[in-house]
Amino acid sequence: MTAPAERCRDDDPRIVLSARAIRKAYPGTVALKGVDFDIHHAKVNVLIGENGAGKSTLMKILAGIEQPTSGTLHYRGEALHLAHPREAIKRGIGIVHQELNLCANLNVAENMFIGKELKGPVGTVRLDRQRRIATEVLTRMGQRINVDALVQELSIGERQIVEIAKVLVSEVDVLILDEPTSSLSKAEVGVLFSLIEELKRQGVSIVYISHRLEELIEIGDTFTVLRDGNLAGTGTAGEVTVDWLVTRMIGAQMEGPLRDGRAAATFADRPVALRVEGLEASGVNGGLALKRLSFSIKRGEIVGFYGLMGAGRTELFETLIGLRRALAGTIEIEGQRLPLDGTIAERIRAGIALVPEDRQKLGLVPNRSVADNLLLANLERYAGITGLRSGRMRRDVSRCIDELMIKVSDPDVLVSTLSGGNQQKAVLGKNLLTEPRILLLDEPTRGIDIKARRELFEVIDRLAESGLTILYASSDLGEIIGGADRVLVMSQGRITADLQREELTEARLVASSQVQRRDTRKESA
Amino acid sequence: MMTDSIGTTPRAGASHSFRSLPLLLLRLRAYLALIFLVVLFSLVAPSFLSSRNLVIVAEQVAVFAILGIGMTFVILASGIDLSVGSIAGLSAMITGYLISEGLRLPFVDVAVFAHVVLVCAAALAIGTLVGMINGWFITRLRVTPFIMTLGMLYVARGAAQLVSDGATYGDLSGQAALNNEGFLLLGTGRLLSVPIPIWLMVALALVAIYVTRRTVFGRQVFAVGGNERAAELSGVRVNRIKIGTYAISGFCAALAGLIIASRLGAANPAIATSYELNAIAVVVLGGASLFGGVGTIGGTLVGAFVLGVLSNGMVLVGISDFWQTVITGAVIVLAVVVDQLQRRVEKSMSERRARQA
Ligand SMILES: Nc1ncnc2c1ncn2[C@@H]1O[C@H](COP(=O)(O)OP(=O)(O)OP(=O)(O)O)[C@@H](O)[C@H]1O
Ligand SMILES: [Mg+2]
Repeated sequence: MTAPAERCRDDDPRIVLSARAIRKAYPGTVALKGVDFDIHHAKVNVLIGENGAGKSTLMKILAGIEQPTSGTLHYRGEALHLAHPREAIKRGIGIVHQELNLCANLNVAENMFIGKELKGPVGTVRLDRQRRIATEVLTRMGQRINVDALVQELSIGERQIVEIAKVLVSEVDVLILDEPTSSLSKAEVGVLFSLIEELKRQGVSIVYISHRLEELIEIGDTFTVLRDGNLAGTGTAGEVTVDWLVTRMIGAQMEGPLRDGRAAATFADRPVALRVEGLEASGVNGGLALKRLSFSIKRGEIVGFYGLMGAGRTELFETLIGLRRALAGTIEIEGQRLPLDGTIAERIRAGIALVPEDRQKLGLVPNRSVADNLLLANLERYAGITGLRSGRMRRDVSRCIDELMIKVSDPDVLVSTLSGGNQQKAVLGKNLLTEPRILLLDEPTRGIDIKARRELFEVIDRLAESGLTILYASSDLGEIIGGADRVLVMSQGRITADLQREELTEARLVASSQVQRRDTRKESA
Repeated sequence: MMTDSIGTTPRAGASHSFRSLPLLLLRLRAYLALIFLVVLFSLVAPSFLSSRNLVIVAEQVAVFAILGIGMTFVILASGIDLSVGSIAGLSAMITGYLISEGLRLPFVDVAVFAHVVLVCAAALAIGTLVGMINGWFITRLRVTPFIMTLGMLYVARGAAQLVSDGATYGDLSGQAALNNEGFLLLGTGRLLSVPIPIWLMVALALVAIYVTRRTVFGRQVFAVGGNERAAELSGVRVNRIKIGTYAISGFCAALAGLIIASRLGAANPAIATSYELNAIAVVVLGGASLFGGVGTIGGTLVGAFVLGVLSNGMVLVGISDFWQTVITGAVIVLAVVVDQLQRRVEKSMSERRARQA
């Protein structure tokens, strides 16, 4: 293990915020088992670890949202007690949460100023000024999001941008970013990174959490690895490599790219599983999200959908599952035409399953247990004469938890207490248990660590092997290149490239994802 | 449920041009319904437009609107207040007690009669306090709003009965000798020939519109109703905001109680029984969402007018009590159905626009 260059003392001026021997026990789990963590002044402090390692918990403690069971915090050399998020906000500690925390009923500008409204002389909120500043911040971030748009009209990616912008409207000293890029694609990440560089120059200290290792190496100055609630290593830029991170994260090397083992299959003689012809659907704010989309996919094929934010991938999947009504076109499954105005239940019965991007809203029932959530879409299969067959249910639940390696102390704990990545796995598990013929995965690895991601693609391979057709949308180039038999690139509601596995290169993907990018901008402006 | 027809919340996102007539009619439906009702009743029952009747309608509307304004705050923060009818009753009884019997001091056998302004202030303060108690239990002890205010519905009503042991205070006009006359002015007086209750309603509505739209408290009420956790994590003092909304609701309920008692010239413990349902109906008619975060004071006002005109008109036309109840219920459900219809029309219109583009 690489020791940090020198052990920093608590009054070291280069350390803005330090945590010592932090322990956090939840009923049934100990999330943190005595962790030290330093935030260096004007540096990007990377924090990394598997799903459930305790990263978010540690950050919540630094932001005053959770209180440690034991351990101490020091802010610029002075002991710090944070009983409430407000106290952290007052000291300039800002956090962008892993999960989106916005008010869907309010517009973008209002959301950015919740809790720090600009007051005029007689206690009046200065809405105009708020709008102006909100616009400024978003422009600085290179975004054209309308500040008057209601948040419920925004895509997940745009909401993530608003979350980041929200922290930036007031002066921050320490900025914690908990997986800020999980829904962003390369272009948006690039903009965020240049913004981070600028903030660093202004003296802001940044904590950065992500499961995208290349991203971390690119941006990080110091690195801290957590494993199972323990400190597993610290290092600084230069000495840290992807391998170094992986070894400390999971305690072993991980070799080869994704899906190394999968033989290149040809699908020419397979039957068509899904055919879409001239599909059209509208977007939330009026425009057409899908414009005469046509493609066909063979049985057992794994097809990746790549595109920038707002390219229409989520809308395509939502239209296929029946969540969004198609305006025109045809959808055929194994030669059978589906009625365009079908309900979701009908589509599920026809063999389609969707793992949605927004797991909080569409994927999970937060106040039910993990087991209940896994079985939710699938209860009919367990119906017996004497009620639900609990033995089989328990067996399937534990098989699912094992296969997807969901980190949970007991299947009966509330699903909302799982770490972000593990919640995502639960959504996936729920859909796999319905045994669909066509599986739609919208950003399936959002927030999932690299080990689990590998497992996930192994599961996908196995499922495809057994005849399941899989469509997945991802913003991660590595995942698209390594994971798919074929890739359809989308831009502005159209398919702009159809690439076979051997044709996949980063340059080609990026180029075709930016076709007509200019027009898109003009429209959204 | 957003109704732009009554939009007092500025929303640039919804500023489509009013090119299509059906959509325009849908958006203005609350006003149209109101005009329709007024025209209908004045044709069918000529006495509807008599000044005597209009005063009765106005007072009814004022009470509904005042209760509804308080309820709007609570519902915006995704709460519910079932105790407003009882608080109104309690406030009426306290007023009756203070005017008729005076405040009995303990140990010495004297009763203190206060000026009516003080009496009213005391009743309003007690209503506000009861609201704060609601809020305190809901936020600190995590009792769900429905249960807490249901409990308070009973407690406050019981307290109202305890004030007089169930008796009615029959004469609230006060005595010159005690210098506590004038209470009846509140409900029956006029200013520029407009009844005082209407003035109170207008003043309260203006303040409430300002508070919801332009103050930190108001904006935070919307945030709490939209996503409580997000508000909490953003540093909003969620508990204070919620307690504030129940306090406002309690205050409004007490004011409504005063107006009712003053209009009757008497206070009995059954005053405003089940008015909480009217208050909720008014807010829903005004387009607010019971899930919180969506709704306007302007909408609630229109809702109060619709409900007030409807119930008065039905009496004049001679519809039986039972049918009145059925019709009122149907109108409430219809309002929500039309609300959904508006959204669907808007959506399909924007789809059509998108395809043409
Ligand atoms: N409120 C809670 N109640 C019980 N257990 C909890 C609670 N919050 C977190 N945990 C547990 O604490 C552990 C650490 O969770 P945490 O969210 O910090 O992980 P993480 O490192 O952020 O993971 P991920 O990469 O998936 O986001 C997990 O095992 C989780 O189940
Ligand atoms: Mg996390």
